[in-house]
Amino acid sequence: TCVQCLGDGNTSLQKLATSIVFFFCLSDVSCNSVEQKIYVELNNTVPCVRLLNATHQIGCQSSISGDTGVIHVLESEEDLEWPLSKGPNPPYMVLLESSLFTRSIMMKMKNESNRVAGVAVVVPNTSPPEFSPHTTCPNENTGVYSDNYGPNLAHCNTTVWNPRGNGLSYEEFDFPVFSLKEDNETEFIKQCYLDHNRAVNGSAPQYPLCAMQLFSHMHAVTNTPTCMRRNDINFSINPEMVCDPLGDYNVWGSIRPYNDTVFGHKENESVVIAAARLDSRAFFWEVSTGAEGSVSGFVTLLAAAQALREVTHEAPPTRNILFAFFQGETFDYIGSSRMVYDMENGKFVIDLDNIHSVLEIGQVALHSGNNLFLHSDPVSRRNNTVNDVVKNLVNNLQSSTAGLGFLLVEPNVSQPLPPSSLQRFLRAQPIPGIVLADHESAFNNRYYESFYDNAANLNLTYPSDLSPEEQLEFVTHTAESLTDVATVVARALYKQAGGDESRVNTIKADPKIVTQMLYGFLVSSNNSWFQAVMAPELKNILKPSPPEYYVGVAMSSTPTRLVQYLLANLTGAATNLTQSQCQKPDELPNESRQMYSYLWVQGIVPPNSTERDSFCVRASVRLTKAVSPAFELGEYASKDYSTWTESRWKFIKARIFLVASRDLEMLTLGVGVAVLFTSLLVTYFISTKADVLFSSTREPASAAY
Amino acid sequence: MTASVFFGCTFIAFGPAIALFLFTIARDPLRVIFLIAGAFFWLCSLLLSSLVWFITVQISNKESSSQQKGLLIFGVVLSVLLQETCRFGYYKLLKKANEGLLMLSAEETMPISIRQLAYVSGLGFGFMSGAFSMVNILADSVGPGTTGIHGDSQHYFLSSAFMTMAIILLHMFWGVVFFDSCEKQHWWSLAVVVISHLLVSCLTFQNPQYVGSLVPTYIIVFLVGLWAFFCSGGSLRNLKLCLTCKDKDFLLANHRPR
Repeated sequence: TCVQCLGDGNTSLQKLATSIVFFFCLSDVSCNSVEQKIYVELNNTVPCVRLLNATHQIGCQSSISGDTGVIHVLESEEDLEWPLSKGPNPPYMVLLESSLFTRSIMMKMKNESNRVAGVAVVVPNTSPPEFSPHTTCPNENTGVYSDNYGPNLAHCNTTVWNPRGNGLSYEEFDFPVFSLKEDNETEFIKQCYLDHNRAVNGSAPQYPLCAMQLFSHMHAVTNTPTCMRRNDINFSINPEMVCDPLGDYNVWGSIRPYNDTVFGHKENESVVIAAARLDSRAFFWEVSTGAEGSVSGFVTLLAAAQALREVTHEAPPTRNILFAFFQGETFDYIGSSRMVYDMENGKFVIDLDNIHSVLEIGQVALHSGNNLFLHSDPVSRRNNTVNDVVKNLVNNLQSSTAGLGFLLVEPNVSQPLPPSSLQRFLRAQPIPGIVLADHESAFNNRYYESFYDNAANLNLTYPSDLSPEEQLEFVTHTAESLTDVATVVARALYKQAGGDESRVNTIKADPKIVTQMLYGFLVSSNNSWFQAVMAPELKNILKPSPPEYYVGVAMSSTPTRLVQYLLANLTGAATNLTQSQCQKPDELPNESRQMYSYLWVQGIVPPNSTERDSFCVRASVRLTKAVSPAFELGEYASKDYSTWTESRWKFIKARIFLVASRDLEMLTLGVGVAVLFTSLLVTYFISTKADVLFSSTREPASAAY
Repeated sequence: MTASVFFGCTFIAFGPAIALFLFTIARDPLRVIFLIAGAFFWLCSLLLSSLVWFITVQISNKESSSQQKGLLIFGVVLSVLLQETCRFGYYKLLKKANEGLLMLSAEETMPISIRQLAYVSGLGFGFMSGAFSMVNILADSVGPGTTGIHGDSQHYFLSSAFMTMAIILLHMFWGVVFFDSCEKQHWWSLAVVVISHLLVSCLTFQNPQYVGSLVPTYIIVFLVGLWAFFCSGGSLRNLKLCLTCKDKDFLLANHRPR
């Protein structure tokens, strides 16, 4: 810490202080005592960033040197008059409580954006009754329904899937919007507002006023084709990139392994695909918890994969089962469109003709009334072959719920499929498929694609006196109900793949594994089980908080890695290979890297030692690239594929300080100019009259002046 | 606080110094050299005092605030004493240099008198001292914020600028008085210079009551300025003559060959 930042004693002290501040502050990053008197940096803020697609840009932008505004804490929607018209000190930085973060308020501020410098939203720890910033009809232009395919079903004409959606995530704001947590920093901001900015009895508040400055300047503009074109400009040795395509990796695994080097159609190969999605999003960048939106689905599928391991080794079914986890589905189906594209172009181990049927797990954790619903596509079912396979799948599913306390029901009306990866498969070819979900028509999820879709949304509660390790093992109600769903899925998949009927009732998902996964994905990813299944070089991605499910641009998102290693551990086999053998398994006679992937995992810590029991896992689990085909083909304005990109930026920060009135500033400048002129005049006067002024006591010896 | 405050404070703090430099020093290269040398000597004194400060703070107890305050006062006093010592050292050096210059030069008279040297060296001290006082404050005044969010006074920049202007002027006056008293061996006036320097530096402990530190400082500036005026050959009669524009007659009447 800076010893001499005591704040008193100006001149000689300042000289001393500045000259040795450098010595003290070699280790300290920001030890400028004057700066500390002026600015308070806000550390726990999350910005809203700019995303672009083929035709639009969405999100928020600040000016390149930050946007400064006088803080105003909004009390109600009527209070908006103050920043928008009545307030005497524009521009204003509006601080909103989460209950006021609504579409009408944000749109009013967007229309008067010359008086609004920015918005800060305080995100509370408890969720409001409902909030979804996504659109009412997710992915409506890249699904299967269009004017050529089920036109009365397109654009949510029959069923509005997300009626609570206010579409804020897809609006464009030209001021920055940041989120603040409910902590000491926010209290400090509100106190600063109460001390300085409150108008007393209707009169204007006195300067100095409390202000906030937000920096979130985004480099990309207009749309994806523009920013991709600007990426390619080669003016200098270091070309400046302005945006990056969204994307990551899909994870897939299968019961019977495929040779990873042999692509295209496989003769007499019939595969049942079980799919789920991995990602979600929120209004603010990267803060996405996706509990009901994505975690419920893929955790169920992982549990089902684990349940099928034993029975498929002892009595393998006739068809293969392929578990697919798609990344980037929120942004116009990046992962599934890429997999379908690869299958169509012979770049995947199977192709579309090898697919027998698809079972997709949608949002399954919030079933009210103990029923789950089986959605199917009515247009493809007009074909009798497809219809028969779908009916068979429905039967397999419905018969698997025996003894489990809930029923699987087909929705009454002729409804389209909800937004799901199956729609991309249907776009290519009529494939029989079912989407399993807990909603009959509109989503049960009140916080679809928002930062409130967290563990509390699933009622994931633990008794308060448990330590983190005990919480990891505690089987919650949510875990039990998801385990039942996983059991049904596993049994149905086994039957669908033509397995031995007598063994179906032995298939049971493990509630302990489900609850450990829910804990790791929704509460804290840095727990002992996740540490045991991850590779040693990846253990730094585990944090004490839940992972972020935003797909991002860095191709290294935490959920993909976690699901890859979990799927490998739950469906693969532990081997005796050493670490070096695990990296080069082809040297051994029975192992082949083309058929399996070999992952070295940390393992558990045995009770009486400190070294981990690491071992090599052999599993038929692979990663495939999940970047939209639009970027492979260079069709940045494509209407068929996702064209989402994320802008780049230099830095993002926020700070608060006091601002002085313009009058005081101008006065200072005036006084300065006056002092300068006066001193110039006086000095000129004195120097021209110097002979006269300093003439007495002139010594003969020193004459010249 | 924005560019207007930055320029305002720069002009307030360095206005007189810039004016003096432009009109009296900039044309004569010898004066420029001695100005920069004077600045360097001030810098040496600061280096020494900061070394001592650094060592004492490292060995002190960082937690006790009364000890830190005591160290601050000790540091200030030490710095003032070292500055005056360096001024004395510069004086001695200049005396020696003057003899050397006289021996080397072809002319009979010295190119620069000791009185001019006093003024130039004082201004050099003032420039460097002002720079160290003010530059980091000026750098932060460019941003959009002003002091006060933690309860400090709003007038921090303005009062720092005025204090810096006072210090620069004071260094110049002290330079003149110091050299003059060294020439005439008036050791008591030397002591008064040192004591007034200490007084002004310790007045800054009154901050943030800026009125309490600025007003006495400016009174001292005025008094020391008067003293320097009389030391360097000024008198009330000359001042009256200049102000009433009778100086032309005076010059003609007192014309002497140079």
